[in-house]
Amino acid sequence: MGTGSAFAVYQKCQCEAPWGDEGEGATVSYEPVVSHEAKAEAAAEPGDVFETRLKVYEGQRAAVSRVGKDPVNAPMIRHWCEAMGDTNPAYSGPDAIAPPTMLQAWTMSGLSGHTRGTHAYDELLGLLDDAGYTSVVATDCEQEYLRPLRPGDEITYDSVIESVSAKKTTKLGTGYFVTTRMDIRVGPDLAGTHRFRILKYAPLRRADRPAAGPARRDQSQKPSRPRPVINRDNAEFWEGVQRHRLLIQRCTGCGTLRHPWLPGCNACGGLDWDTVEASGEGTVYSYVVMHHPPFPAFDPPYAVGLIELAEGVRMIGNVLGVPYDKVRIGLPVRLEFREYDEELVLPIWCAQEGAAQEGAAQEGLYEHR
Amino acid sequence: MNTGDELPPLEIPITRTLIVAGAIASRDYQDVHHDPELARQKGSPDIFMNILTTNGLVGRYITDHFGPTAELRKVAIRLGAPNYPGDTMVLTGRVEAVDGDTATVRVVGANGIGKHVTGTVTVTLPPSEGLT
Repeated sequence: MGTGSAFAVYQKCQCEAPWGDEGEGATVSYEPVVSHEAKAEAAAEPGDVFETRLKVYEGQRAAVSRVGKDPVNAPMIRHWCEAMGDTNPAYSGPDAIAPPTMLQAWTMSGLSGHTRGTHAYDELLGLLDDAGYTSVVATDCEQEYLRPLRPGDEITYDSVIESVSAKKTTKLGTGYFVTTRMDIRVGPDLAGTHRFRILKYAPLRRADRPAAGPARRDQSQKPSRPRPVINRDNAEFWEGVQRHRLLIQRCTGCGTLRHPWLPGCNACGGLDWDTVEASGEGTVYSYVVMHHPPFPAFDPPYAVGLIELAEGVRMIGNVLGVPYDKVRIGLPVRLEFREYDEELVLPIWCAQEGAAQEGAAQEGLYEHR
Repeated sequence: MNTGDELPPLEIPITRTLIVAGAIASRDYQDVHHDPELARQKGSPDIFMNILTTNGLVGRYITDHFGPTAELRKVAIRLGAPNYPGDTMVLTGRVEAVDGDTATVRVVGANGIGKHVTGTVTVTLPPSEGLT
């Protein structure tokens, strides 16, 4: 999507949106939200070199022959069941087993301080901390239960660093996914396996995050939208947008119009082109409504339309001037230009009816939590 | 029970008590699960449920439905939108596959802001439980 809209590119970054719990028990703590992002970016090491350094830890041990702080026991099982509202009779009485999903709980270090991981695991987390990826959330937990745990069982566990991802952009910030796999044993018997994935990330600055509570964010604090990717093939398109003119490429060989902008004509292969200015009339050819996850520069829900211009080409843009849930295929829309900040002008598409409602569609009924 | 069967939904009110009790019962003393002020300082609007509690609730949802003789074999979950106090999570499930005495159930827990959890549970039932 060479001349595609910036928000479409932005959404692509949201394929992974972890937003949950922190990491492996108490082994890592949250840091106050400050500008770690900048620090991460300032780490002048090329990304691939850093990633190579992280990859070295794949396959190394994260914990070796650790012993659970408490044997499997009835009081902890009862406290768990009370908290979960779990009344399964299998978890009480003389033949009680522990709820299988308690597996990780038996490996937790609790409040009384904790044994750090192995040298390798500490080193890996330290590398990420030093590069600004100081926060952690748990994203995945995969457990397999091979034999039940019963009161009196003493567990031991080993853990290995299974993988370290490439750098990922998520709603929380950029970071790396670290996956560990733990084997939990009773004596020589494997009782269960526990694969756990955390995201070590550089948290967005507080001002970049959705405000707490129902109050809408102050628009002046809103982070700016992502920039379009401008290259030599589409530069003239974006220059036109800056001047509030929507230019369509036209092959001077066969006269075919095209969008997005390309070096050559798909119809005849011709390389020469000129432009025609769009009339600004169009209809919604298709659309999606973006609800979740919210992203700092945007206020979901909002409608993203594939607009068929009167001239015949199609392009993507926000559909405004109508509530997001009233956008329909075939809706007539008219081109407008919106200045989102001092640098960024984008073409948007306003419904030709109910234009007075503009703003409602953009801001939406949804409040950030 | 057959492939395609839907489990009745289970509504879980997300109270502060549940979040804190679940965190402590799972030996997780991270402050973001019990201290709202410290959670806010770390960029979260409030305290939120830890992954171990979510895991426990998913397990409970399955055994509540299939009964005490059901044995959990695997639970694999992925977290999305956090569970904050005051929200409600609705767990739903669908039997994706049945193989002998073993069923695979796809579970989704949706709250007011999105899907809190998606996952797959493998559970074994004794033959008398009527697996087909």
